[in-house]
Amino acid sequence: MSEIINTIINYGFITRALIVGGMISVCAAMLGIVLVLKRYSMIGDGLSHISFGALSFATVMGFAPMKVAIPVVAIAAIILLRLGGKRIKGDSLIAIISSSALAFGIMLISLSGSSADMNSYLIGSMYAISEGDMLAAVVLCICVISSFILLYNRIFAVTFDEEFCKATGINTGLYTTAIAVLTSVTVVIGMRLMGSLLISALIVFPALSSMRIFKSFFSVTVSSIVIAAVSFLTGFMLTLILDGIPTGACITIVNLAIFAIMAIIGAIRNMKK
Amino acid sequence: MSMIKLEKINMSYEGTRVITDLSLSIDQGEYLYIVGENGSGKTTLLKGLLRLKKLDSGEIIFGDGLKRSEIGYLPQKTEIQKDFPASVREVVRSGRISRKRFGLFYSSSDKKAAKNAMEKLEIKNLSKKCYHDLSGGQQQRVLLARAVCASQKLLILDEPVSGLDVSAAREMYDIIDMLNREGMTVIMITHDIERVIKSKGHVLHLGKSHALFFGTCNEYKSMAADGGLWEKSI
Repeated sequence: MSEIINTIINYGFITRALIVGGMISVCAAMLGIVLVLKRYSMIGDGLSHISFGALSFATVMGFAPMKVAIPVVAIAAIILLRLGGKRIKGDSLIAIISSSALAFGIMLISLSGSSADMNSYLIGSMYAISEGDMLAAVVLCICVISSFILLYNRIFAVTFDEEFCKATGINTGLYTTAIAVLTSVTVVIGMRLMGSLLISALIVFPALSSMRIFKSFFSVTVSSIVIAAVSFLTGFMLTLILDGIPTGACITIVNLAIFAIMAIIGAIRNMKK
Repeated sequence: MSMIKLEKINMSYEGTRVITDLSLSIDQGEYLYIVGENGSGKTTLLKGLLRLKKLDSGEIIFGDGLKRSEIGYLPQKTEIQKDFPASVREVVRSGRISRKRFGLFYSSSDKKAAKNAMEKLEIKNLSKKCYHDLSGGQQQRVLLARAVCASQKLLILDEPVSGLDVSAAREMYDIIDMLNREGMTVIMITHDIERVIKSKGHVLHLGKSHALFFGTCNEYKSMAADGGLWEKSI
């Protein structure tokens, strides 16, 4: 154990991954509650593929990756959340956009001939996080967490019943846009560590696990944050112990285990009733 | 002065005109039933009143300084609410949301309003229960409590008893009647003609594109007895 702690302290990139990952996990879990309840579980997956496309484009063209990816993904998120379901159903729309973006990214990277980047974007790597990433992550996570706390009651009301809120004069479109933008930022930053293929685990698992047991919005929120932190730290430690297994996979497996435990507890409770 | 006045309003649903040149006024404390076949524009009209949908033309005037945040609305249930983790108290308190800008906590006056609404609707004992574990009748009471928590003046109810069994529906109507007696203006969409003809308020019967009838429940009943409009609509 002390060996691991020494490693964490001595290697800068591990400290950075720990800070970024921890904050991203908490943000993703908070936003995940809203997305899961609004039946948008797949949005994280879709956005991460779009982000993959945008990052590939930026890398190949020599632009700063974040500066390209964040706006592109934010626009995609707004389109998916606000316009989704009008002509093409939401889930089909996500499937179309995300697979196209993925194909686009793979094609670009293959053309440029650097397959190393492709792996790091798809599977994620704790070595991929630079100091700039860390700074951006810290600032953005503070934004996500503070807006969630400030708007907590409204987020609940709008998620539970959009029509009611609209009728009392709340601009619900603004909340949807805010959730879309915050989610896209979280996805873009988080996929460096988790990988484009696994980032959506951070979004959906904590909320879904919490909902097995907890029955109020507040308790689900608190529990999701705790689960996100625990599964991230455990998964991270596993990566350090089991040398060579990517962080994203470890965290996802821990999340799955927590989900299974919570589902069993939930089922036993229901049987007792 | 009337609380709500409609002046020659026209509204459409998906490109088809469903409300044509409708004018009427609703006074404070009145009880208005909106009836009509499916597709006659009942919900469209409610959405117009709630400013959720634009009018094609005409005007809706709110008198007595009625603010938008003072309307208590009970929408139809949504798919999302079926497995939504929310306690009864959280749902009722969210009725106060338009009065509040930011923050994690509700003010003591908001909490008190929620408590009063729950007491009035006799769901205080359920306050910590999970919304989706309740029976259909209890869920409707919770949503009505949220509407009451939002407004002391006007309730707009979209089929409040749909899907409820006979006794739960009766209880729901009794509660709404009680709120009306206490001075609350009530506008309600219903399919329950039996109930309407026994009541004291007003009826607006919408047809395919025009309003077929607007008057008191009593007049509506005598028309029904003559076998007029009522026959046709059923």
